[in-house]
Amino acid sequence: MMRVLPWIYLSAMFCFIYLPVAALVLFSFQGGGLPVPPFDGPSLRWYGEVLVDDDLLAALAASLGVALGSSAVAVSLGFLAAYGLARFVLPGAAMIRALLIVPMTVSYLIVGLGLLIVIQRLGLPLSLLTAGIGHTVINLPLAFAIIYASMGAQQQSAERAARDLGASEADVLRLVTVPMLAPAILAAFFLSVTLSWDEFIIAFLLTRFDVTLPVEIWSMLRSGLSPRLNAIGSVVFLVSVAAVILAELLVLRRRG
Amino acid sequence: MTAPVRIDGVSHRFEAFEALRDIRLDIAAGEYVTLLGPSGCGKTTLLSVLGGFVDPTEGRVLIGGRDVTRLAPARRPTTTVFQDYALFPHMTLRDNVGFGLRMAGQGRRVRHARAHEMLALVGLETAADKRPHALSGGQRQRVALARALAVDPEVLLLDEPLGALDLALRRSMQDELKTIQRKIGTTFIHVTHDQEEAMAIADRIVVMNRGRIEDEGPPARIYRAPRSLFAAAFMGETNRVPARATGTALETPFGTLPHRGPAGEATLCLRPEAIGPAPGGLALGPARVRDAAFFGTHCRVHVLPDAAPGLTLIAHLPPGELPAPGDLLHLNAATDPLTVFAME
Repeated sequence: MMRVLPWIYLSAMFCFIYLPVAALVLFSFQGGGLPVPPFDGPSLRWYGEVLVDDDLLAALAASLGVALGSSAVAVSLGFLAAYGLARFVLPGAAMIRALLIVPMTVSYLIVGLGLLIVIQRLGLPLSLLTAGIGHTVINLPLAFAIIYASMGAQQQSAERAARDLGASEADVLRLVTVPMLAPAILAAFFLSVTLSWDEFIIAFLLTRFDVTLPVEIWSMLRSGLSPRLNAIGSVVFLVSVAAVILAELLVLRRRG
Repeated sequence: MTAPVRIDGVSHRFEAFEALRDIRLDIAAGEYVTLLGPSGCGKTTLLSVLGGFVDPTEGRVLIGGRDVTRLAPARRPTTTVFQDYALFPHMTLRDNVGFGLRMAGQGRRVRHARAHEMLALVGLETAADKRPHALSGGQRQRVALARALAVDPEVLLLDEPLGALDLALRRSMQDELKTIQRKIGTTFIHVTHDQEEAMAIADRIVVMNRGRIEDEGPPARIYRAPRSLFAAAFMGETNRVPARATGTALETPFGTLPHRGPAGEATLCLRPEAIGPAPGGLALGPARVRDAAFFGTHCRVHVLPDAAPGLTLIAHLPPGELPAPGDLLHLNAATDPLTVFAME
């Protein structure tokens, strides 16, 4: 009995976590017009509808672009900040570090509202670019924290050896620091991509005509439940899973 | 390549701490010098000054007659073998060893040929495609050496290069370092806290303490006739016999020896192996054995001489027979050279 109990607990936990996703995916294959039991599929009807919906596909492309672009910028800035703080003695370094990390504790709603006010003051039009800026703001602290934590004495002494052998600062970064930190940099990048990919509030506040996928889904939801939403939700889930698996493969392969 | 090194009045402070105080040292081209001292004596700081990793507060460093004091490590004719090896874990051994040549703008073919030559020099020619994590500590050390030598530096700096190796490996690497240095003729400056390593390897030993040079010279001279009490003690076990100098003689509990030097309280240093039954030098008189242990090449014996109550001497006696505690021995001490230091 005592040996079975942990397994029961484990399966209950996984049910709790994955049942909603499983239901979502299952009813994306629904034949009828409502994503509720009884299941009358399987049918690819709704996937077909999704694939010819130009608005949805545009939103999907926009989401991918915003996620990749904002993550690349956030990881680059986070890396440079981490490198600067880990390698040089700066006045007020502890303060700078704290200021870099604190935004993680601010709610997305506050960040979004703040950016909205600033952007409107500056007279900039709301667009995918402003949503990307918002996502960079929320992902930068995370990227910084991940990369800073993995900067250790090992890289530092390898960098010193590279300089001793005639490497310029640019060579040191390109040939030693970045390759040695590649696992952390990739982990930060893929985490940023997944967070940006399904972020709603900031994208909702900072976009207008072109929107990201979560915002598009939200506007579809207002016209009621449809298996179309399940289908697009399944696609979103698939992309997230793919990003996580890619991260695992890239990061673990390099560690091995 | 090889070049002489001149350290001209180098001082360095880390805030309130004086790490180096007015160091002056000339090293000839092709010489193998060890900087020897306890941790915190400034030997690693001095090596960092030579390598360009520390900007000295005062003084100059000249390599081959050229002032390099303010030159960055990359622009100096020196390379360093670091204590933690500092290999590039994401590169093969070939790329590790070829890194310096790559930075010098050499083509792939030249780099690889030189890397193979260097790996062959340290006996790792078959491992060129491996990565550092697949190697043992001793092998990593060899790669670090090959990498530092691949750019043909004028001066090679070694920062406790054998510190992380076990004793047997350390002894064999010492011989190998010495052989390689003889073969290529580059000036080697080697930091260590192990006086046996220093003696095994160096043409000249520089003993450092508290940021100063205590003594420098060939190993045998420093061991037999050290110039300071610190150097005497750091180079190996020594007996300190309290004495008094009168200006022309030295009065010890065991008798008077001729000695020229300033009058006053003094310390006579006697190496354990200078004490033995053979006649000559200073007669220590009867001495009672406190304990004795067999060491293979000698017996290490603590004796209590009757002439100096309260003094315990350590003697290395011939290994033939092990004295028993309580035995009475008649011992003499060789006093050539006579090592005496005035009390400060």
